Amino acid sequence: MTDPNTVQLTEDGRLKHFLTTEGLSRELLTEILDTADSFISTQERAVKTVPLLRGKTVVNLFFENSTRTRSTFELAAKRLSADILNLDIARSATSKGETLMDTLWNLEAMYSDMFVVRHSDSGAAHFIAEQVTPNVAIINAGDGRHAHPTQAMLDMLTIRRHKGDIEGKIVAIVGDILHSRVARSQIHALRTLGAAEVRVIGPGTLLPSDIESMGAVPYYDMRAGLADCDVVIMLRLQKERMQNALLPSEGEFFKLYGLTKEKLAFAKPDAIVMHPGPINRGVEIESAVADGNQSVILNQVSYGIAVRMAVMAMAMSGQQTPVNSEEPA
Amino acid sequence: MNLPDIEQITQDLAEQLTELITERQLDDPLLVGIRTGGVWVAERLNDTLKCTDDVASLDISFYRDDFTRHGLHPKVQGSELPDSIEDRHIILIDDVIMSGRTIRAAMNELFDYGRPASITLVCLLDIGRRELPIQPDLCGATLALNDGQLVKLTGPRPLVLTLA
Repeated sequence: MTDPNTVQLTEDGRLKHFLTTEGLSRELLTEILDTADSFISTQERAVKTVPLLRGKTVVNLFFENSTRTRSTFELAAKRLSADILNLDIARSATSKGETLMDTLWNLEAMYSDMFVVRHSDSGAAHFIAEQVTPNVAIINAGDGRHAHPTQAMLDMLTIRRHKGDIEGKIVAIVGDILHSRVARSQIHALRTLGAAEVRVIGPGTLLPSDIESMGAVPYYDMRAGLADCDVVIMLRLQKERMQNALLPSEGEFFKLYGLTKEKLAFAKPDAIVMHPGPINRGVEIESAVADGNQSVILNQVSYGIAVRMAVMAMAMSGQQTPVNSEEPA
Repeated sequence: MNLPDIEQITQDLAEQLTELITERQLDDPLLVGIRTGGVWVAERLNDTLKCTDDVASLDISFYRDDFTRHGLHPKVQGSELPDSIEDRHIILIDDVIMSGRTIRAAMNELFDYGRPASITLVCLLDIGRRELPIQPDLCGATLALNDGQLVKLTGPRPLVLTLA
């Protein structure tokens, strides 16, 4: 596969697709966060829409089920005044062969301007970005175990808004790191944005063997891993993993790695608790923490819309060749 | 080409605006500057006008009609307006008016915040080349520039005008 950044960036370094946070510059990630920040203010108005993508057609192309991500992308597109089409093609075994390309060609023939893609195969969004007609933007809404860049960026925005900055912060990601595209995208973004330390906490069977090469420090003991953390990110435990014998049982997992008030006390007193949702109460997090005053889980949802508006607007604008002239007054 | 004395025309503009506000009976006007230069000019006018509200600012980046050609401005600062502009008399202020597209975008954005009682347009400089039927109610000076010439205002204090 070609370097994702040759696919997702224009020659002058602007975003034209959003496939992964890996390899993107600190400046570009910061630009996404700054743009998202200003979209938060437009969403607090009575009229929440801005006309940036008026007349554009966005297609939500979900080969994998999702409620939250799909609906926040839909709201983001609507608040940019785009028209949106939701296609749920939730099939587990769609290969990267003809079926997918046929679907795409049909949608292109309907003059779509942007595809928001979720697929169970790692690299699906990248593959589509290489195949689509020029001027069609691809946003990765999660591909296999590989990346979920908009989730990672909304998490970065959450940290920045609640902790002031990402620079110098100690962040722990807890749970099933091995199967988590969210964790991968978060680790890349956190490293680029200057986090002091990124820790991953979980049982050995759920931590990737190459985790240290990604710049994260593995911890097998929750209390040791949480010590002095500024941010605790819990991941959803996918129950099907239990059947694969990677985990003893839900109860055992909760005892060792479930976030309780008692374990949270090892982090800094003002640490924030995050979770990409949907949460499994009593499996990876207890209700007292999920609903407690350190939890920013619902803020993440609001910021998710702003971040998705930002990357959609930036990618759409990156599809155009800029005109070199002074801005007209 | 001799450029006008910006400090002087800003002062004159403030006096003319005071008269216009009285004449049109614009009670409790709200000064709204268009980022970035318009906000600087609005701040200067408010030194004289002393309105009850602080100068509000409008960032029209999300409303430009040339977004697909120019892209988003790298640093959108966002608008800062009071909670409600419903039934307010708005004095919309920009540094330079040319095509009129910025003002069109600014008015669209204002109406997404509410329905003002009136909008009065004040520009420091008019350099012509209009593309839309929009004219300022008050203008500090009119400049006839050569083809391809533009002016650039730097600020906020002092305001300095240069040819670009």
